[in-house]
Amino acid sequence: MKKMKNLTKAQKSSSLTYAVVIVAFAIMFALKTSGSLSSKMTGMLVPICAYIVMAVSLNLVVGIMGDLSLGHAGFMSVGAFAGTIAIVSMQYNGVESAGLRLVVGIIVGAIAGAIIGFLIGIPVLRLNGDYLAIVTLAFAEIIKVLIQNMYLDLDENGFHFSMVENTNTTNLETARLIIEGPMGIRGITKISTFVAGFILVMVVLIVIFHFMSSRTGRAVMSIRDNRIAAESVGIPIFKYKITTFTLSAAMAGAAGVLFANNYSTLISAKFNIDTSILVLVFVVLGGQGNMLGSIIAATALTILPEILRGFSDYRMLIYAIILIAVMLISNNSQLKAAFDGLLIKLKLKKAPDEEEGGKA
Amino acid sequence: MKKFLAVMLAVAMVFCMAACGDKQEANDGSANITDGAGMVFKVGATGPLTGGAAIYGQAVKAGAEIAVEEVNAMGGFQFDFNMQDDAHDAEKAVNAYNDLKDWGMQFMMGTTTSAPGEAVSAEAYADRMFFLTPSASSTDVIKGKDNVFQMCFTDPNQGTGSAQYMYEHNMGTNIGIIYKSDDNYSMGVYNTFKAKAAELKLNVVAEAAFTDATSTDFTVQVKQMQDAGVDLVFLPMYYTPASLIFAQAAATGYTPTWFGIDGMDGILTLEGFDTALAEGVILLTPYSADADSSENKNFVEKYKAKTGELPNQFAADAYDCIYALWKAVDQSGVTADMSSEEICEALVKTFTSMSFNGLTGSNMTWATDGTVSKSPNAMVIKNGAYVGM
Repeated sequence: MKKMKNLTKAQKSSSLTYAVVIVAFAIMFALKTSGSLSSKMTGMLVPICAYIVMAVSLNLVVGIMGDLSLGHAGFMSVGAFAGTIAIVSMQYNGVESAGLRLVVGIIVGAIAGAIIGFLIGIPVLRLNGDYLAIVTLAFAEIIKVLIQNMYLDLDENGFHFSMVENTNTTNLETARLIIEGPMGIRGITKISTFVAGFILVMVVLIVIFHFMSSRTGRAVMSIRDNRIAAESVGIPIFKYKITTFTLSAAMAGAAGVLFANNYSTLISAKFNIDTSILVLVFVVLGGQGNMLGSIIAATALTILPEILRGFSDYRMLIYAIILIAVMLISNNSQLKAAFDGLLIKLKLKKAPDEEEGGKA
Repeated sequence: MKKFLAVMLAVAMVFCMAACGDKQEANDGSANITDGAGMVFKVGATGPLTGGAAIYGQAVKAGAEIAVEEVNAMGGFQFDFNMQDDAHDAEKAVNAYNDLKDWGMQFMMGTTTSAPGEAVSAEAYADRMFFLTPSASSTDVIKGKDNVFQMCFTDPNQGTGSAQYMYEHNMGTNIGIIYKSDDNYSMGVYNTFKAKAAELKLNVVAEAAFTDATSTDFTVQVKQMQDAGVDLVFLPMYYTPASLIFAQAAATGYTPTWFGIDGMDGILTLEGFDTALAEGVILLTPYSADADSSENKNFVEKYKAKTGELPNQFAADAYDCIYALWKAVDQSGVTADMSSEEICEALVKTFTSMSFNGLTGSNMTWATDGTVSKSPNAMVIKNGAYVGM
């Protein structure tokens, strides 16, 4: 307990996050290996990991940097396609090890996400507020439509790329049609595993928490809290913002690869505004800047529609009602105060005057 | 406060997961009480019951439910049918499939649409779950999977069949194609049609594509056809976009011969559609709601009573699927206490050797690659009704 007191608030929050993730992983992994986990839950483990990475990476932009991005699914899409192309070509060229393919794929996806994030960030981050949100949304749509018009084949002579012809290879027998326009990538071997997902989540969390306590992270948070003050003490706003945005896009790219390789098909229409908004909902529900909140919101909101299958036709209606209810309740100050009071009475929490200030 | 809430939520989640586990056990228990003639087989299905493709999923659901009621009324072994929503999305379809597995599904009446079908059939192949799809027509659904079968034609068959039909009947001097480039079904037919047309030296002069996002306005595509002097337009697509094409072509006074495939079936029952616009449309389809057989009349009557609409080919395919599964179960002698893997092996053997008579064709047989063999009929729309050609 004494040791805990020496830690800063940020350190406490990060160790709590690590602990929750590791414990949750250990429980789920044990349940899975012992076979007592339902097929439904087993099937959702990898997508949950991917959505967690998406949520925390968007939280970096929305919560830490304080800018609203509505195009995060676009970076996920870029990463998913780039990484899967790498994985499929490695497979075509006889790379047997699924683990190696996945690791290389995720790295390629992260790099691709970072490059696109950087390029899009150059014009976008010069904007503020609503404008920024709308422009990111537009870029995500552009990415979606561009990929829908790409055709990429691989044969013994290498890659053939076109945005006009459906197939460009001369040898249809042995070629692998990688991207088939709007039908995306088909025949993907399912290589994403829960362990890989867990490792990715942990790596992303470590990077984010280190970033937050780094010089850059603190500078970015100071820009969020007071842009003018930050500018006046000579913090180069654009530089720090684009670093954060690129980092966030890289993480989204990695999440895309993990997600894509959990299914046998990948289409770019999946990464539309709905997916971007879904990830934003994770962030808002979990609390802006609160990584653990994002993780829990991503998990809960991925599982929720599946748990509600019992309601058949009314499933999505009930999902929406629950979502609205949770948003309202978690933002109701009276309820919050009552809840806090209860916690103080139960001595689970210190009275407000003892608590440290600042945002978690 | 935030931390405490977070921990509470985490606890709640673990509880939810545990609750799912309990539910599964309860279901497993109830499956064991069945025996003898009262055997109950659990048949799962997924399809888009919500979202943009919901009309297809709803048709499949209604068609299958009618068939299930009928086979259960015959006595003998029973089917317990459970159809889950996949919203035409691969991720949700896999979730729905896993949900059905937890429910205790013993074999599956496929996915309704192709893109989710590819993802789910890969899972079904890995799990050795018998899979018969009513309407997922892409070849990627069945490719390399010995336990996956189709009730509908594969897309290539429709493409080559249409080109062959045009060639044999000497139709169209200038042929145009409008296709949907983000749809497996449309692209599959389009690609094989184009290849076959080139082989038969059909004169294809214009091609125009559209996507889901642009499927509300076809003035550009129609204009393109008109400018190229096209007199026969091939429409490998479902009837919803086709209805708009007809309306917009009629508005500009363009009247070529329209040629559709099985997805065109159902256009006459489309709400708010002026059937006069579809006058003279030719379509190749294995099913027509006005077929004269007593089985079909019975089906149409029940379907109308259930949904208030005429059945389309999706509903008929689903109806046939249930009967084909019923016949295969009957012939293979599998019992409800067998595991889904054992049932799968037995059904695969029976399926590739049996012959089946249904609404969508007679003497249907299945090849080991999962394709069905049945012949399409050319229909033409005359006076607001399908007439055989």
